[in-house]
Amino acid sequence: MTQFLLFLVVFAVGAAGLFVFGRQRALAVSGGSIEALHSNPAYHGGFAAISALMPAAFVYIAWSSVAKSVGDWFVQSQLGAAFESVPLAERATLLRNARAMAETGTAGSTPVEQSAVGLFAQFNSVSTLLLLAVMAVLVAAGLAYAMRAISPRWRARQFVERTIMVFLIAASVVAIVTTLGIVLSLIFESLRFFEKVPVLSFLFGLHWSPQSAFEGAGAAASNRNAEIFGAIPVFTGTLLITFIAIAVAAPIGLMSAIYLSDYASPRVRAVAKPLLEILAGIPTVVYGFFAALTVAPFFRQSGGLLGLGVSSESALAAGLVMGVMIIPFVSSLSDDVINAVPQSLRDGSAGLGATKSETIRLVVIPAALPGIVSAMMLAISRAIGETMIVVMAAGLAANLTANPLDAVTTVTVQIVSLLVGDQEFDSAKTLAAFALGLVLFIVTLILNVIALQVIRKYQEQYD
Amino acid sequence: MTDQAMKSDATTGLTTIHTSGAARDRLKKRYRSEAIFKALGLGAILLAVGFLVLLLSSVVIKGVPAFTYNFVSIPFDTATLDPDNLPKADYDAVVRDAIRAQFPEVTSRNDRKLLGGLLSSGAPVILRDQVLKNPGDLGKPEAFSVPISDFADLYLKGQISPSSNEQGGVAARVSTQGETVTLSVTDPRFASILGFIETRLKAEGAAARARLAGAIGSREQTSANLKALTDRLAAGPSAEDRLWMEADVERLSTSLAAVEAQITELETSAATLEQRAASAADGETLTVGDPSMLIYADAAVIKVGALTPTSATGTFIHAFEGTPPSEITQWRIRMIDVPETSRKFSDTEMVWTDTLVERGYVTSALNWLFLTRGASREPEMAGIWGAVVGSVLTLSVTLAFAFPIGVAAAIYLEEFAPKNRWTMLIEVNINNLAAVPSIVFGLLGLAVLLNFFGLDRSAPYVGGLVLGLMTLPTIIIASRVALRAVPPSIREAALGIGASHIQTVFHHVLPLAMPGVLTGTIIGMARALGETAPLLMIGMVAFVVDIPGGFASPSTVLPVQIFMWADFPEPAFEQRTSAGILVLLAFLIAMNALAVILRKRFERRW
Repeated sequence: MTQFLLFLVVFAVGAAGLFVFGRQRALAVSGGSIEALHSNPAYHGGFAAISALMPAAFVYIAWSSVAKSVGDWFVQSQLGAAFESVPLAERATLLRNARAMAETGTAGSTPVEQSAVGLFAQFNSVSTLLLLAVMAVLVAAGLAYAMRAISPRWRARQFVERTIMVFLIAASVVAIVTTLGIVLSLIFESLRFFEKVPVLSFLFGLHWSPQSAFEGAGAAASNRNAEIFGAIPVFTGTLLITFIAIAVAAPIGLMSAIYLSDYASPRVRAVAKPLLEILAGIPTVVYGFFAALTVAPFFRQSGGLLGLGVSSESALAAGLVMGVMIIPFVSSLSDDVINAVPQSLRDGSAGLGATKSETIRLVVIPAALPGIVSAMMLAISRAIGETMIVVMAAGLAANLTANPLDAVTTVTVQIVSLLVGDQEFDSAKTLAAFALGLVLFIVTLILNVIALQVIRKYQEQYD
Repeated sequence: MTDQAMKSDATTGLTTIHTSGAARDRLKKRYRSEAIFKALGLGAILLAVGFLVLLLSSVVIKGVPAFTYNFVSIPFDTATLDPDNLPKADYDAVVRDAIRAQFPEVTSRNDRKLLGGLLSSGAPVILRDQVLKNPGDLGKPEAFSVPISDFADLYLKGQISPSSNEQGGVAARVSTQGETVTLSVTDPRFASILGFIETRLKAEGAAARARLAGAIGSREQTSANLKALTDRLAAGPSAEDRLWMEADVERLSTSLAAVEAQITELETSAATLEQRAASAADGETLTVGDPSMLIYADAAVIKVGALTPTSATGTFIHAFEGTPPSEITQWRIRMIDVPETSRKFSDTEMVWTDTLVERGYVTSALNWLFLTRGASREPEMAGIWGAVVGSVLTLSVTLAFAFPIGVAAAIYLEEFAPKNRWTMLIEVNINNLAAVPSIVFGLLGLAVLLNFFGLDRSAPYVGGLVLGLMTLPTIIIASRVALRAVPPSIREAALGIGASHIQTVFHHVLPLAMPGVLTGTIIGMARALGETAPLLMIGMVAFVVDIPGGFASPSTVLPVQIFMWADFPEPAFEQRTSAGILVLLAFLIAMNALAVILRKRFERRW
């Protein structure tokens, strides 16, 4: 990391220096008159900096991202038979420790480790030297090219602008790469999970208790894991909490949107809207704390007074607080779609003698219905993917129940509980989190895609 | 309804379909439903705002007390410390001796241990820090102050237990016999207290019965499960299945036995409680499971162990000065409602703490420990500063990553991209990415950044990258809106005087769009600041005591710190958690205020 910061500093200083150099050079070749140059001197400066530094920077970044793997490969192949004798499970640890030791300069404890540390140190020094040499050559070559190219007729501006364009396009591709990364990593890890647990018994199994996972190979593990990685209780728990949340958020959110758009005076609107937005801006961990320490105990006590056995991690508490969290989400989306209904429809209805509420119920809402339904779908997707409230207020036990007073668990809670802390990355437990993540991603993606499409179509219709 | 119809209605008494009684009723009904509908809308808003007020007030009420703390400045014998070797001197001994000097009558080993726990276990460290900072104060008795223990602090803030005082009123005869002391009065002075205890015992008995019913239910469930499994086992499963089934049978049997034991225990305790309640009016032996009763007379404090309507017998926490008087007239009874078993602060510790307060050694001051320290297992030594620094480091990486890339992507998509399938794909993709659950970004970070690229666990730069990827769509969408708002005339004018396309964008369009872009960025950063779930995935839940020193050092962030504290069992951490939330909210409010100001001051309407 310090190396990277050092690189950044050197890069910045170098870029500034090269920029000044290029500008001076351009002024020199034109004999001091800017008019004689095709491009402004600043573009020549930029050109010099880009052509000298860009290739070297690329090489540096490319090398840094593969250096670790290449180093591991090098050490493994050099160790040969000695490495083969290390048990499979300890190999990764050995490499990691040896790498760290080589960097801090401590010696290893076992013979294999010692030789690995030596090899890493050797690899590091050679590779650093080589990298520096390559970068130096590239900088020199780029600089030489810039020296030769800078002339009054040199189209430096076009060069710089093309580089900027490349950067802009690359930036817009980052989002695509992110999606690809998500999809590929989820699919890849899930496939590894489905090698251990059959897909069907994961999707339709009724029993979920990953803590008693059987870490072994063969038919025993597979049979056992097929019995305990049945995700139906987790899915139903998620649906139960989501249902409660939507049951809270949909009426409140929709009614506040209607009131704000059709009834409220501008003054009320100016106060109420920001207040609802504050509700949206509160971090979910705060809602989780509120649910776990205020709402859940309250429900438990009042349930006790009524003679109901309310679990201290009841679905009701988590669902209610989650509903409060998505009220502003529902209300602002519904507000948008209700406002998008043309005034002419309202005027027509009023002209026929309908009261305001009749207009809203019989004209505005039906006209806005596709948009409202999409808003609800987005809200559902938000509730399904919400993590902190349920992690703090819902339980870990995967009960297959529809009773909102019981404790249930959700997909996100399970992902967190399976992945927090140090885990073996190859165990069925850890991989199960990715399978759950894949299901979560697919479900929310479908909801989002449909909802966004509907909203767009709908807006086009009234535009 | 026309004027004509109304007139005819009024003058001739003719009724039409619009003015009949039924029509009037219909109209009334319609207006009523109109009013109801409007009230429902208003109610919805009030409900939402009510939730907001409830949420914030509960956090503020719980959190504000954590910003002050009680410090003790008893005389520390710092003169004995070796001035040449201050960093390594024995501060534990100084603190221990100082508190013992306050209570010379405490001699037994257990009591001394209890007494030592009255001050924070971090007191020696704090004392050392102060001595090293001001070595000139060495030897001055009251120059140093150390934090009191977390429970003593809660007690002083009135959060351990409600307690009530009442005057004794009548004269009481005192008879001492060794350690025990008995107060006798003529009229049944203590009958009302016995009544209170009886009510409590009854309630507790009922609660035990309710728990018993629950335990019996779970016994039935467990034995049913066990039976089902035994049946399956008897049906002759395959060898592999038999293995784990047998393990499960064993597990279930163990838990069944545990439930059985619990049931027996609950039955006994319920029976005992009911029996005690029945005979409470005549007299009662107070146990640690009952509310505490203390009697204050002169300098003495008596902890009552047995009570009849006319007498109270107990032991001294503080003895009388000199020989005990034979009769007292000025005395008071103090009831502490929460039983000693249900709190971690005994009656003795309460009396000691009161003594320290009476002697003027305890001062409540700004809790600088909370504002300047990193994480700790001791609530009084736990601070928010480590998390604040972690958040700043993480967010600066997020900003450095997401802002340039987000703005660049927005510029490309809005100003340069041709309208084709490829750019459509990017657009749809960005919109969907904005709605992907944040925890999925955590999975991405874990699988790709940590496991594939081998970056460091718990490091702010990895957290910053993950949050950056998450914030990117927000920044792109906001920046595109801001760029779209710049009118085409600006672009045309720039192009008209010979600027290139890129010059037009970077010299004219982008500066004009900048307020909007920055507003969107700040809102995205505020969201990133409050985000917890993805950071849990990449190991930023590490318990980090040190203030993080750089982008690669293990650290945690504000919301994760709040999440961790919320899980700690000590009651003082509940305060810390709320106070941490207040700090987080303060940052969020500051950021949003900045966004609003930017929007109000600089945004132009064309």
